[in-house]
Amino acid sequence: MRKKCLSVFLAGVLAVTALAGCGGGNGGSETTAAAGDNGTAAADNGGSADSDAVFKIGGIGPITGNTAIYGTAVQNGMAQAFDEINAAGGINGYQVEYSFEDDVSDPQNAVTAYNTLKDWGMQMLIGTVTSGACEAVVDETYADNMFQITPSGTSLNSIKNDNAFRMCFSDPAQGSESAKYISENNLGSKIAVIYDSSDTYSTGIYQAFAEEAETLGLEIVAAESFTADTNTDFSVQVQKAQDAGADLVFLPIYYQEASLILAKAQEIGYAPQFFGCDGMDGILTLENFDVSLAEGLMLMTPFSADAEDELTQNFVSAYEEAHGETPNQFAADAYDAAYVIKAAAEQAGITPDMSASDICDAMKTAMTEISYTGLTGKEITWGEDGEPTKAPIVVKVTNGAYEFM
Amino acid sequence: MKRMQKTTRSNFITYGIVIVGTILFQALDSAGMLSSLLSGLLVPLCYFMILAVSLNLVVGILGELSLGHAGFMCVGAFASAFFSKIMDGAMPDGLRFFLALLIGAALAGVFGILIGIPVLRLRGDYLAIVTLAFGEIIRNVVNVFYIGRDANGFHFSMKDAMSLNMDGGEIIVNGPQGINGTPRDSTFLISAILLLITLIIVLNLINSRSGRAIMSIRDDRIAAESIGINITKFKLMAFAISSALAGVAGVLYAHNLSTLAASSSNFGYNMSISILVFVVLGGIGSIRGSMIAAFILTLLPELLRSLSDYRMLIYAIVLIIMMLVNWSTSGRYMKEKIADWFRGLRKSGTKGVS
Repeated sequence: MRKKCLSVFLAGVLAVTALAGCGGGNGGSETTAAAGDNGTAAADNGGSADSDAVFKIGGIGPITGNTAIYGTAVQNGMAQAFDEINAAGGINGYQVEYSFEDDVSDPQNAVTAYNTLKDWGMQMLIGTVTSGACEAVVDETYADNMFQITPSGTSLNSIKNDNAFRMCFSDPAQGSESAKYISENNLGSKIAVIYDSSDTYSTGIYQAFAEEAETLGLEIVAAESFTADTNTDFSVQVQKAQDAGADLVFLPIYYQEASLILAKAQEIGYAPQFFGCDGMDGILTLENFDVSLAEGLMLMTPFSADAEDELTQNFVSAYEEAHGETPNQFAADAYDAAYVIKAAAEQAGITPDMSASDICDAMKTAMTEISYTGLTGKEITWGEDGEPTKAPIVVKVTNGAYEFM
Repeated sequence: MKRMQKTTRSNFITYGIVIVGTILFQALDSAGMLSSLLSGLLVPLCYFMILAVSLNLVVGILGELSLGHAGFMCVGAFASAFFSKIMDGAMPDGLRFFLALLIGAALAGVFGILIGIPVLRLRGDYLAIVTLAFGEIIRNVVNVFYIGRDANGFHFSMKDAMSLNMDGGEIIVNGPQGINGTPRDSTFLISAILLLITLIIVLNLINSRSGRAIMSIRDDRIAAESIGINITKFKLMAFAISSALAGVAGVLYAHNLSTLAASSSNFGYNMSISILVFVVLGGIGSIRGSMIAAFILTLLPELLRSLSDYRMLIYAIVLIIMMLVNWSTSGRYMKEKIADWFRGLRKSGTKGVS
């Protein structure tokens, strides 16, 4: 009997928890009420603006777990942009309210995070940060017809539906652009590639690079892989690249692993040209890394914190002041994504009282009409497939700093 | 009802909870009263409960610690997603999903047997470590498969997508990027029915002759052997059934999201440990308990989302407290006190009525 009592009690507790969940849906985390942030600016546009109506824009990315560094950067970049936008009077005269949810870069968690934001009343989505999670969420936004722009989801399938756009280059675009750049500038003829076979970003770039290299007549003499579990010792891969006589080593990987490869290459006295992609950005600020190892390293990155234009300088100094660290490309992508939403929203003339679906339809058209200049590129335009068109920027490390090529 | 055996009654209570829960949530969902968060969680809740129940068969009933349960889930997920992907459009959706379920379960079961034959020779800690290794092996092997299909048929490679030599066509399994575009067939109703079927299979197995044989191996291996029980056979049986059911959970997982990639967060040992936590918290050997624990522990982190950064911290604290309350001596004493108090309340309540 006692057991029965207990089970009834537990069932009761469960029901209460579950129902509390239903009701609590509106509690959205880290919501920043923007109204009143800057009274004067809001009042200037106050003629048309309904003080209660705000745009609700959600963000999804990992702020815990292995890839938390990317998610946190996106969260900060996005917050900074929207705070600035609000201070300057908002979008179309309406303030913006934003909320960011954690997905631990896991597809299932990302969908749950998306549903949480939907309960909060999200009208547009910036996310998700990582490709794998994005591939799962993109089908959800398509089903709901919710406008989505991912700052850094690079895989092809991340934006396979027509309601999704992206801020960064796709994996294949990075791979083929790198191959073209190498070929056009005669950086090397025998190429070795070291990539992370357990990572979608790395394999995606490698596949496109290999295909493009074949058509351009570049010879890939060694393609060595590692996985997330074996990313601490690269003697074998570097040795093989040297034995194959490669004069250029292509590294479509993140900077943590690349730093080890550079150190290993110097150790065995191997000095080819190293070439990386946007994941390489951050290598100069890596702790305990001897910057002289990266001398001569070339990388294709959309954003450099050292760039001297005013926009970047303002962004970097504000970011450093707020978070005490130099922003990486993820923060820049998110910052740009927020301003792209603003630009497209102004082009489309949307208002917060429209449904998310109507907003999406208007934004989809507006996205293909705008041209945006920001931190990660100049005069960026978007096609209907959601891919941005922008010129790749290649930098070379000289005397411990980026030098634009 | 009164003449029913105690175990039978307990089993029917378990079925009852699932059926009532299903009807309740289904009704709320179709009435649009559930938040998007909760209605999106219904299918995951079901497959986590299936995983917890199936692992309890190995840990609680067979008495062996298995840390590779997510590996079998991975097999079921990839086998069924592959099937669904190549058969999409070639047959009715319902039939295709049904076949995918059978294939996922069968293949996971076969892997259970294959792995079980060498592994079940070990006992205790050794078995736990070897299952852990096998779970990781499965995940890593899946990550190097490249399978594509074009006009000439199937192409297979374990190196990279370029060596498939595809002539147009599409890449179905793309190494670590996994399978993309799986049809989304998992619905709450199907998942709940599968949970019920899982419970019926496991509970009936436990109360059958084979189940008693399995438990006798757990309680005293030598005594069981001495009365002529075929240890290997029954161990394998429990292991294979448990794997097949984990495969079913994998099928639900694969068809709930449109993308499937084997990462350490979904099919790695973290997942295996999470499932083990459900089982241990709910009570080793208690099927209903593990089901309820899976329900609570899956829901909890999501309901705590409003606490943002602190949610995983609070989740961990809740986990520790629940573990202490449920399984420490003083915790159990307190629980009994509370139960006594409830009983007293109930008795005085009934007295008042009569």
